[in-house]
Amino acid sequence: MVTLENVSKSFAGQPVLRNVTLHIERGETMVIVGSSGTGKSVTLKHMVGLLRPDSGQVLIDGDEISSARGRRLERIREKFGVLFQSGALINWMTVAQNVALPLYEKTRLGDAEIAAKVKEKLALVNLNDCEDKRPAEISGGMKKRVALARAIIREPEILLYDEPTSGLDPVMSRHVEEQIISMQQSLGVTSIVVTHDLHSAFSIGDRIAMLHEGRVAEIGPPEAFAKSSESCVQEFIRAQFESGRAKLNPAKGEIIWQQSDTSASASV
Amino acid sequence: MISFEQEYSDRSNNAVAGTGRCIIRNVRNAGKGLLVLIEAAMWLVHVFKRRQEVGRQMLIVGIKSLGVTSTVALFTGMILSLQAGLILKDYGQEVNVGILVSQTMCREMGPFMTALILAASVGSAMAAELGTMTVSEEIDALQVMSINPVRFLVMPRLFAMMIMCPALTVYTNCIGVVGGGMVAGTQLDVTWSAYYQNAISYLELKEIYVGLLKAFVFGIVVSTVSCYQGLATTNGAIGVGHATRRSVVISFLMILIIGYFMTRIFY
Repeated sequence: MVTLENVSKSFAGQPVLRNVTLHIERGETMVIVGSSGTGKSVTLKHMVGLLRPDSGQVLIDGDEISSARGRRLERIREKFGVLFQSGALINWMTVAQNVALPLYEKTRLGDAEIAAKVKEKLALVNLNDCEDKRPAEISGGMKKRVALARAIIREPEILLYDEPTSGLDPVMSRHVEEQIISMQQSLGVTSIVVTHDLHSAFSIGDRIAMLHEGRVAEIGPPEAFAKSSESCVQEFIRAQFESGRAKLNPAKGEIIWQQSDTSASASV
Repeated sequence: MISFEQEYSDRSNNAVAGTGRCIIRNVRNAGKGLLVLIEAAMWLVHVFKRRQEVGRQMLIVGIKSLGVTSTVALFTGMILSLQAGLILKDYGQEVNVGILVSQTMCREMGPFMTALILAASVGSAMAAELGTMTVSEEIDALQVMSINPVRFLVMPRLFAMMIMCPALTVYTNCIGVVGGGMVAGTQLDVTWSAYYQNAISYLELKEIYVGLLKAFVFGIVVSTVSCYQGLATTNGAIGVGHATRRSVVISFLMILIIGYFMTRIFY
């Protein structure tokens, strides 16, 4: 469905992606993890044609988006819904207007039909009674859910999530994760999630790919990923799960929470 | 769609190479700005479909600038009248101050002052707004939704400026002439009827339409420069600040330069 073939990209002579090759199957949830500055968001932007690679190509269902322009690029982009890190809602528009924007601009649907669809998608992300509010009047978690409703309003085949849980409290993060899983199950979309939150990655990913120094250091299902022999992967896992009293047991796929006198474990 | 992807070039200590790169970068930016203008102009056929946003922009450009425009226009007319009147008084010709004020306002000061006010107030706000949208990925989001940012954002602003800059210039001219008349009546002992008679009777159609043409061109310049600088913003909040400053500086310079050449062509 989405294929990156030997994609390289540099900014100011500084290589960010080096021969990245990645294939994402239809219907799967691929999570791309990595430390800050390893090229996760750059990879995502290549997939929707916001950035063009210095070398290599990006194929969406066999169509090369990296060289597409005009109508062809629009046709390929119609397959995507993107949840940006900040939500990227238009500030002067209300929640309902933001969600309806792709329909108003790109379809010939009538006002009543659009309003019904907006209501339906907002209900799908558990947002009711905020249609007339502006983005500045709602919380960060609600913004992400509004952005998610906008991303799915045209029922895309591929959903891209750029750091969907960043800046959210743990409860809201888990809520957004549930939304991602529910989108995948109810709409059957292909999901590509960029995050540095391994908890999210293990929770929602069918496969996890780790970017390290612009290369794919490891790729595989969560269990195999947790047992990777790559030192950068293990260091990344340790940094997230072995700080303080939380430890990961990769063999069992569990996080062990070490408390002062007792210990409890939770499945990842 | 024009690419606003940031371009990088090698840094060098060589002054000649650095100057060359700076010239190439500026020429390239000017070219991209021109492409934004051409694309936005081509989308003007969609102006009715975007009437809500066009109306919002016309309100911002026109109505919300009225306060500052009125004050500047009034005092410009008063200063013109006072300065010219004091010199003319030495020759006993202060009755002709109306001619000077109306000619200067309609030929030069009306469009010039209006464009400067719009560049400083509305243009800078446009650059800051679009710059903030760029760094907060709103422009990326529009592109991913296959919504052309030039059609969605630049075209309504361009249209609003093209209409409201000449409209505000007419208003500026009128207020300036009234301000001149107030000074003529109170400081120079010229009656209002004599002032008004001179101001109107010597005013030819050419003075008015050349002034309005200037305002029309300045409106295009200010909106194009501001929108392009906004869309080309990089580097977060600092970048938004730089884009805003650049939009005002470039607009001011272009208003001055284009204003001179238009005057040279028509007179």
